Amino acid sequence: MTENLNSAKSGNGSEKSFPNFEPVIIGFTCNWCSYRAADLAGTARVKYPPNVRLIRLMCSGRLDPTFVMKALADGADGVLITGCHPGECHYLEQNYKALRRYLLLRRTLVGMGIEAERVKLVWASAAEGVKLAQEISTLVEEIRQLGPLHWAGKGYIDSRHPVPAAAVQEVVA
Amino acid sequence: MSAKPKFAMYWAASCGGCEIAVLNIGEKILDVDANFEVVFWPVAMDAKYKDVEAMEDKSILLTLFNGGIRNKENEEIAHLLRRKSQLLVAFGSCACEGCIPGLANLSTPEQIFNAAYESVSTENPEHYRPAFDYAMPEGDIHIPKFFPILRTLDQVVDVDYYMPGCPPESHQIAAVIDLVIQVLNGQASLPPKGSVIGAGGSTVCDDCPRQRNVKTISAFRRIQDLTDPDPDICLLEQGIPCNGPATRSGCGALCPQAGAQCIGCYGPAEGVLDYGARLITAYASVIDSNDPAEIERILDGIPDPVGQFYRFNLAGSLLRASKAAWTNTLKDHA
Repeated sequence: MTENLNSAKSGNGSEKSFPNFEPVIIGFTCNWCSYRAADLAGTARVKYPPNVRLIRLMCSGRLDPTFVMKALADGADGVLITGCHPGECHYLEQNYKALRRYLLLRRTLVGMGIEAERVKLVWASAAEGVKLAQEISTLVEEIRQLGPLHWAGKGYIDSRHPVPAAAVQEVVA
Repeated sequence: MSAKPKFAMYWAASCGGCEIAVLNIGEKILDVDANFEVVFWPVAMDAKYKDVEAMEDKSILLTLFNGGIRNKENEEIAHLLRRKSQLLVAFGSCACEGCIPGLANLSTPEQIFNAAYESVSTENPEHYRPAFDYAMPEGDIHIPKFFPILRTLDQVVDVDYYMPGCPPESHQIAAVIDLVIQVLNGQASLPPKGSVIGAGGSTVCDDCPRQRNVKTISAFRRIQDLTDPDPDICLLEQGIPCNGPATRSGCGALCPQAGAQCIGCYGPAEGVLDYGARLITAYASVIDSNDPAEIERILDGIPDPVGQFYRFNLAGSLLRASKAAWTNTLKDHA
């Protein structure tokens, strides 16, 4: 456990380079703010890297940590969670729930050896297209530095052999 | 009576508690004997793997398989029993979701062997380690190879039914045996393949008699640190991390009634894809703070979130194992 935490914190990819690595990032956006911020970035011709695949939720409070786990397990290198600024939730205070879930989820993921930087929570209002684009650019660069997560090989959840071959290679101590 | 249907039970990576739970069904065990011919049950009778191999395919009606898949032997017997059995039941938490042995998926094989052969509680002055292949004058001998990741039974072979619990409660086992006997007599029909049997469809909270009010938690505390826990109020409400909200019913909420928190041995409740994720949702929803620093302070009360959320479910979770376990594997075999 302690070793996991240490290795996760040290950012073991910092001195390595990953040529041709394009991170796959799943972004969960809130219908009332960040999804519109992304829209605004588009109409305003603000550029951000194409590595993030946005999925619209009605609220960041809808974000079940299962979504994040499944994204990472199924091959994503990072996850972006976005919601309305504190105090501005369309559903009063569900973004606070998202915040608490995020903080607990992040601790759990670090315990599993996943670098904390791979999952990020960002507040972005519908007017903050530029800010959202900047946050996405920053996250993509951070994850590019960390390198591929490559959790268990991609796509194993839906296959008939749910654990990749590499993980069941016989070990001789 | 030679036409009695055949019954088998096997243990892979498990503690043996599931076998005890089966024997604990009392005189019902006589019904098992009256209705089944026990052909293979290593803990209770002498039988060899080659005896099972000699049987016709699908000749065993019911096989209860407990334990996770830790090594090559577990894997081979899982495939063998799948081939020989009509109904293969993942019996107990280990076979269903990895259970305590699955927590080894947080460690590398090297760490696991160090813990087994070099820890302070182990006397091993000669530093013996198992030799998987060894040349004897009489010939080479081999012991089963070890896998870096413990798998659940259904990650290895097709499974017909799941029976959760660590171990499954004896009255639930008796009910399942009754059901199978009724099916044999044409008085009942089997549930759909893939069903969870011998358990409820709801959560432990639903069975728990403790009183529930609005939960607002300002501190998580371990139950042993409380001098006077309230005997009638929901444990989670008192800040004790209780896994009831995500755990399948079936045990009758034994632990909370005895004053101990649910630790989740009956596995994920119906419809829960990832047990830990559901608990993260449940806990985070009831924390009484909107301030990030304050929330972090409250969360410090759960010092080991992976152990808290995946004590029984790690091998069956979406992530299945820690990155340490994977990367070691990938480094060696890439």
